Amino acid sequence: MTTETTTVHHDDANVPNEKIVLRVTDLKIATTAGNEILHGVNFALSRGEILGLVGESGSGKTTAGLACMGHFREGLKFASGSVSLWPRGDDTAVEVVELDEVAVRSLRGSRIAYIPQDPALSLNPAMRVGEQIREVLDIHEFGKSEAERTERVAAVLVDVGLPGDKAYQKRWPHQLSGGQQQRIGIAMAFAMYPDVLILDEPTTGLDVSTQAVVLDTIRQMTVANNVAGLYITHDLAVIKDISDRVAVMLRGDLVEEGPVESVLQDPQHEYTKMLMSAVPDLAGRKTIGEGAAAEPEPESKATHILVSDKKSKSEDTNESARAQDPADSAGGAATSASAPLLQVTDVALAYGKAQILDGINLTLEPGDCTLLLGESGSGKTTLSRCIAGLNDDYSGAVRLRGQELAKSTRKRTNEQRVGIQYVFQSPFSSLNPRRSIGQSLTVPLEMSGEGTAASRKAKVDEALDSVRLGRSFYHRRPGDLSGGERQRAAIARALVNQPSVLVCDEITSALDVSVQASIVGLLRTLREEHHLAMLFVTHNIALSRHIADNLAVLNKGTIVDYGPTAQVLETPKHEYTRTLIADVPKF
Amino acid sequence: MFGKVIGRRLIFSAFILLAVSLLVFGATLLLPGDAARAILGQQATPERIAALNEQLGLNQPAWQRYFSWLGGLFVGDFGTSTASGGSVAQLLGERVGSSFILMAAAAIISVPLGIGLGVYQALHRGGRRDQAMTGLSLVFAAMPEFVIGIGLIAIFATSVFQILPAVTLAPPGEPVWGRPEQLILPTLTLILVVTPYIVRMMRATMIEVLDSGFVEMARLKGVPEKRVIMRHAVPHALGPVAQVVAIQLAWLAGGVVVVEFLFRYPGLGQALIDAVTYRDVQVVQAISMLVAAVYVVVNLAADVVGILTNPKLRSAA
Repeated sequence: MTTETTTVHHDDANVPNEKIVLRVTDLKIATTAGNEILHGVNFALSRGEILGLVGESGSGKTTAGLACMGHFREGLKFASGSVSLWPRGDDTAVEVVELDEVAVRSLRGSRIAYIPQDPALSLNPAMRVGEQIREVLDIHEFGKSEAERTERVAAVLVDVGLPGDKAYQKRWPHQLSGGQQQRIGIAMAFAMYPDVLILDEPTTGLDVSTQAVVLDTIRQMTVANNVAGLYITHDLAVIKDISDRVAVMLRGDLVEEGPVESVLQDPQHEYTKMLMSAVPDLAGRKTIGEGAAAEPEPESKATHILVSDKKSKSEDTNESARAQDPADSAGGAATSASAPLLQVTDVALAYGKAQILDGINLTLEPGDCTLLLGESGSGKTTLSRCIAGLNDDYSGAVRLRGQELAKSTRKRTNEQRVGIQYVFQSPFSSLNPRRSIGQSLTVPLEMSGEGTAASRKAKVDEALDSVRLGRSFYHRRPGDLSGGERQRAAIARALVNQPSVLVCDEITSALDVSVQASIVGLLRTLREEHHLAMLFVTHNIALSRHIADNLAVLNKGTIVDYGPTAQVLETPKHEYTRTLIADVPKF
Repeated sequence: MFGKVIGRRLIFSAFILLAVSLLVFGATLLLPGDAARAILGQQATPERIAALNEQLGLNQPAWQRYFSWLGGLFVGDFGTSTASGGSVAQLLGERVGSSFILMAAAAIISVPLGIGLGVYQALHRGGRRDQAMTGLSLVFAAMPEFVIGIGLIAIFATSVFQILPAVTLAPPGEPVWGRPEQLILPTLTLILVVTPYIVRMMRATMIEVLDSGFVEMARLKGVPEKRVIMRHAVPHALGPVAQVVAIQLAWLAGGVVVVEFLFRYPGLGQALIDAVTYRDVQVVQAISMLVAAVYVVVNLAADVVGILTNPKLRSAA
């Protein structure tokens, strides 16, 4: 990148002062092939404070965080700049990136500790959890005696709110829940009383309630140990919750930096403003992804800013569009006046003793969107797979326009199959990498056996247009596409056969907030244009007001709260819904 | 939990061996020609053949013979060799020992060698040495054992150097380990056949493990590189590799036949070939059962290694 990007600073906390523990100056990192990834990043971490580093995937935030530890992932190398560390009880700074391997190793885990993104992947599955904490102490020769180290393992476990007894230390990582695993990671990081903590999206894979507990632990531990923290995330709501200062990264540059309140309430840089507008809020005061449907994915050159000139449809036009043609569903045939479009009655499913779903009732009308909210393990994906016929082990009934559907999708008629279409969670694995987008989109048309090659091509082009990808994507392969583009292609594949019900299984959870916003915007437009009924499955309660008319809260296989979105959010009937709402980081 | 899993596998293994015994016995019934005629030659009178059949118990119905044979197996009685008249157990005794030495030597050298080379390649992946070793291991993996054996004989015994014996020199009765130099070429052949697969598998799983989150985490904890590899990475790579090692060791049990024939090595393979030639049904059955037993035991061992390296399997709730 040739243009010099200047960082917007909100105050002068970054000028050298005695509170600073770690200071990154003009850090540049390049790939081994020579492409620059970080273009000169500056930030400072102060004792007892957490700096939030925000940015989308590929912005270089993890690279910057790991560079603070003198670690560069495969294929990356240090180019220029400096990372200075002032360890406790030491007046002179250490140049982390210039140290030899042995010296930098002695800093890692002792002076600078790391808390990784996914605890399930980062704990060694073949080592007992106590042993993994103990390993850090042994390597860095903590204390004077064996007994002191044993004591420290127990103490740090208690500090993070886990039982410190021998039996607990003897557990294997797979015997702990995700939140417990992450707390083991935190204990491991705090074991040596570090000066600096690098937190790499430590709550991304966790449910909201677990996230709340983990964030709490991190906050307490940082304050109690007077540690300087760098919290890497793409979730602005979490940043607001946990950090004192925030730095915004965009494609290897730091674009804005300052205290949390001032940056989030008064963003100066265009990109920060765009990010702010893309974050879904529980209160639903703003409309995310406004006009985003029409906006093609950024060509990854200029700053990605959402333009909101077109399609500023408000909720009431949405309302009126639905009122205009109530009965004309896309399939056309067999529309019974009284029966709802999709009706799920008493669906239950058990694997052995484990009751996954227990008496689920749901209805969907044309143009309706119901948000199915649930944490991991609540059975939300199982339910959506039952509806689509991908899982045929259930009891109960799924009716489409009053007709009961066969349990397995193979036994359903072509028309029924076409009626319910499914969009999968990960756009990275749901598209065949060896097929062009056009070929992938043609498959459902071939399966339904209608039309000629030319008419199929026309339908695919139309679908690509309707998801705002454009016909030029016909010959491209998934590998060339960004995550958001792939998910649009996957939605287009579900649309080619003009379904009346679209089941979206966590389709935005693998995407960045701004891309999520544009997908949500797209779905809203599609609902209006195609008069689609939609079941939007997610764990993100903050999305509910942005997309859904109805909200169903699934907990342990039963729907505990069900009704119009506003009603459920304002007057939740069930205790579980209330805690869920309380645990959402307020934005 | 651990014991229960192993116990279940053992019971399962017993059923597999039982099924194999049925197949083996069935197959020998289908062999053309009959033992009495093979022993007595073309000129034998029908009376003599009938008398011999009577003596060998061959006039009993097949199921009766099967059960008496199976009963014998349980008490270690493999029956009587129809060709030599001696007991099968005695005939095979020293042969088993010779073959075992060959297989054990090959296994003891090739398993650590394969794992070591695989780890080395994974750590230097993409480098010139890694590429050279990948190419070389592919070449050896593609060559059948008799080609490798003949090549080794040409290099070390006949055409280029004459430093090692091309065939086994030990006269019958003398143990093969009496002259260790005659073991080198057959063992080397087996090693060259078995090792490439282990190397390739170890390299692949090790690369995957080295890229995993917990290895990066270990490095970020400040764990020294040697310990990262030995304590964190290698144990995870061993589980899948154990399965490949098992397949290779089991192959040794059967593959040894060709190699023994090539080197005129007085092992089980030789005995099997002789027994088939002479319609020595009892010996064929006994050797087939032994090979099947090796397969079962080796695969069981691989499962045990897999369970030991993966606590999830050990303590599944």
